[in-house]
Amino acid sequence: MVRYLIPVALLAALLAFFFVGLDRDKETLPSPLIGKPAPQFTLPRVGDPAKTVSSSEFAGHPYVLNVWATWCVGCRQEHEALLQIASRGEVPIVGLNWKDEMPLAEQWLQQLGNPYVATAFDQEGRVAIDWGVYGAPETFLINAQGTIIHKHVAPMTLEIWEKEFAPLLDQTAGRK
Amino acid sequence: MRKLFAAILLALFALQAVAIDTAPAFGDPVLQARYEKLSRELRCLQCRSETIADSNASLAEDLRRQLRELIAAGKTDDEIMTYMTDRYGDYVRYLPAVKGNTLLLWAAPVLLVLIGAAAAAVVIARKSKLPDDDLPEDDRARTGMDAP
Amino acid sequence: MTIELGHFALILAFCLTLSQAFFGLAGAAWRRPHWIALTKNAVIGQFVLTAFAFGTLMYAFYRNDFSVLYVAQNSNSELPTIYRLAATWGAHEGSLLLWLLVQAAWTLAVASFSRSIPEVVTSRVLGVLGLISAGFALFILTTSSPFARLWPAAIDGRDLNPLLQDPGLIIHPPMQYTGYIGLSVPFAFAIAAMLEGKLDSVWARWVRPWTNVAWVFLTCGITLGSWWAYYELGWGGWWFWDAVENASFMPWLVATALIHSLAVTEKRGLFKSWTLLLSITAFSLSVLGTFLVRSGVVESVHAFASDPKRGLFILTFLALCSGSALGLYAWRAPLFRTNTGFAPVSRESFLLVNNVLLVGATILILLGTLYPMFLDALDLGRISVGPPYFNIAFLIPMLPLVLLLAPGMHAGWKRASYGRTGVLLLVLLIVAIIAAVTLDFAAYGWHSIMTTVGFALAIWVGLAALVDPISRLRKGHSLSAGIIGMSVAHFGLALFVLGVTTTESYRQETDLSLRPGQSAELAGFQFTMTRLGDVKGPNFDAIESEIRVTREGREVAVLHPQKRTYRVQKNPMTEAGIDSRWTRHLLVSMGAPLGDGAWSLRLQYKPMVQFIWLGAFTMAFGGLIAAFDRRYRSRVTADAAVAATTRAKTAAKTA
Repeated sequence: MVRYLIPVALLAALLAFFFVGLDRDKETLPSPLIGKPAPQFTLPRVGDPAKTVSSSEFAGHPYVLNVWATWCVGCRQEHEALLQIASRGEVPIVGLNWKDEMPLAEQWLQQLGNPYVATAFDQEGRVAIDWGVYGAPETFLINAQGTIIHKHVAPMTLEIWEKEFAPLLDQTAGRK
Repeated sequence: MRKLFAAILLALFALQAVAIDTAPAFGDPVLQARYEKLSRELRCLQCRSETIADSNASLAEDLRRQLRELIAAGKTDDEIMTYMTDRYGDYVRYLPAVKGNTLLLWAAPVLLVLIGAAAAAVVIARKSKLPDDDLPEDDRARTGMDAP
Repeated sequence: MTIELGHFALILAFCLTLSQAFFGLAGAAWRRPHWIALTKNAVIGQFVLTAFAFGTLMYAFYRNDFSVLYVAQNSNSELPTIYRLAATWGAHEGSLLLWLLVQAAWTLAVASFSRSIPEVVTSRVLGVLGLISAGFALFILTTSSPFARLWPAAIDGRDLNPLLQDPGLIIHPPMQYTGYIGLSVPFAFAIAAMLEGKLDSVWARWVRPWTNVAWVFLTCGITLGSWWAYYELGWGGWWFWDAVENASFMPWLVATALIHSLAVTEKRGLFKSWTLLLSITAFSLSVLGTFLVRSGVVESVHAFASDPKRGLFILTFLALCSGSALGLYAWRAPLFRTNTGFAPVSRESFLLVNNVLLVGATILILLGTLYPMFLDALDLGRISVGPPYFNIAFLIPMLPLVLLLAPGMHAGWKRASYGRTGVLLLVLLIVAIIAAVTLDFAAYGWHSIMTTVGFALAIWVGLAALVDPISRLRKGHSLSAGIIGMSVAHFGLALFVLGVTTTESYRQETDLSLRPGQSAELAGFQFTMTRLGDVKGPNFDAIESEIRVTREGREVAVLHPQKRTYRVQKNPMTEAGIDSRWTRHLLVSMGAPLGDGAWSLRLQYKPMVQFIWLGAFTMAFGGLIAAFDRRYRSRVTADAAVAATTRAKTAAKTA
């Protein structure tokens, strides 16, 4: 009687799915912007609010966009790594200061060091929404054609840079 | 391990306060109704188990503002949902889109009722052809036929 | 020192569960009366030791022993005593120990109240329950021990999550667990029947009261959870289709189907394999629920700290437990086929459709809950499935179910003949439709066709549920507990549907800001903030506002919503001010200060919302009444019954 085997077969299938599902990373959400053009923005500049930072300034070369805030604990953790990556001079890092206060942001960069070639001040969070930001810190890699090719959620480390970002940078450089 | 626990606890705390809008409601009740409906279809990405209507996370506040602006700008429900999924992916929709990978999910209710009805019909048809005498072994169990 | 004694007691209890399992199953299989007798001793010993282990943990909470890691993580010296004790089950490890204790208590109950069941059957049932207990005890001992020490001891604890500092924590989890674990009893009986190769109406009569009582506890547990979330969170919602809520609702649906299937098996000896399958599935869903909550495989707000290692253990347990049960089913179910039938319109066929719809609803909820996980595992994307989907999907099988309930509950066995009852039902249907339309237009105002349908169904089912008891009383027949229970439970469902329809159709809410002296209007009520002040609680500080509610000038209520900050964990929490009447609830929740003494507030109007929980508790009450039907409480032991029947048969032969 084959039909009496159906329940146990269904159970086996379910258990298989659970087994696979146990290891999946539920925290990180995949970004739908990978492979799409980077959203354009023009925002006040941290350190000199009269001036602006515009995404068009970085067109033509690869760059990194790092979303950070002074209230974000993980951003404090990754700051050292960002300074080291910036000092290598391989690719400019642009900061996006998210839902923060200008004086606090300026103080942070003065006290801890500034890895950014420029930092855009996104107080209302509109630009962040365009970039699909849902938490800080987040780091994007944009290629010379202006396409987002990678996104990393959670604090940046040198290890992650070597493993995920550097190879992609080499690829785009090689292609040019 | 403890960090994980703390993270869960934090998420729980953020849940408890109801998200209360400080912006005024739409004057037009139709628009307000659309706003209330859509804000209950969008998932908050910081407090993951709440809608943006209920969550008091800062991202939820921003998304509610965005929703309000899109409705005021005359966008349709579809356009608004596309705006959100373009930036955050399908995950942000609590009412799943009808796409290739959700066909089974949306077909399931109707399929199950049809299959269930068919199965019930088959069984009832078969059983109606059989005699309805009681099984002999159950003599000592026989209770009154009017009991539930 | 005491906590180590508790730990040791748990290890001993684990050993006893193994012996309980061995003596129970082997004793029955090899018909050894001595071993069967030993099983009962093992049950008692296991219960005492588990209770002792649990007691030491609770004692550690009582004494604020922060050298115990679990106590330090979940308690605080400023925590009121009652919550310190309830915090024992406030997190993963302690709640598992509670699970084990409740399992031991159910096992003891089965051992104590089985005089009318043959010893061989009871022995097998206790054996199976012993295996289940052994699995959970091993789980606790290897991956989730609450007995670990923290050295150096913390000066004070991290405090219990403020959300849990509420009477709900004291009642809801124990009641919920009692329901979940109670379903292990019909599960064990099913295994016993399959091992013995015998399943008949008498077996059904043994199982029904146990299933009913477990179902009652589960109903109460779920209802309490819904009610607790409603007033604790002040959010006005009563069900969110969260993964953990679904995890409790699925076994409930299957248990409801089981109760009805058992009726057919007891009455006619039919639906045997259905009943077996439902018994196995109900408890499997309980275990699945605990897996979902503790493994992190689905996202949920209620989830305990997720840990894939623990998840793997429960998954293995689920595989062994349900897998072997279903394997046994595949082997033995063909034995139980019957060649008896029933008419197309009969109680049996209504109950068949009832089962199909309930199981269908369960499958839909399971699919919706697990669908994001399925897609992610197959790399097909990350999606969410939330309340908007479930609300639609669940309604599709439930509408026909409620529609068929009124004629179904009056259908006769074998072949339903409606006669005068049928006419009465039709009349009541017309009455219900008229009443529904009247309610729609006159009382609340037109909303939608679904609202009218909801009202009509609720009224029809409610009236139909009263027909049978009233007609019996008028004819002078006695009313058995079974009939009363059934009518009460179905009437409860009608109340539930009425509550849901009214609240979801006619609720109103608004967000606004008020400062002391200002007023706002909602649903014909005036809400005036009269003052704003500071309040000090035992372990929190709060800002409290006083809101005076009036209607047409007359004062209706004075509410005191608070915004609390708990001193240890420093998290803000809203305590809603609620005015509860049977006809409607009014809720006021405080949001955030806006400066100048103004605060953002949410006002809500929820008509008839209390009927939702009243209906659910009424259903539970009906189930409880039915469990105490006289035919389950026979004082005659099984062997005496057999002897009596044999005597009667012999007498008949010789006569």
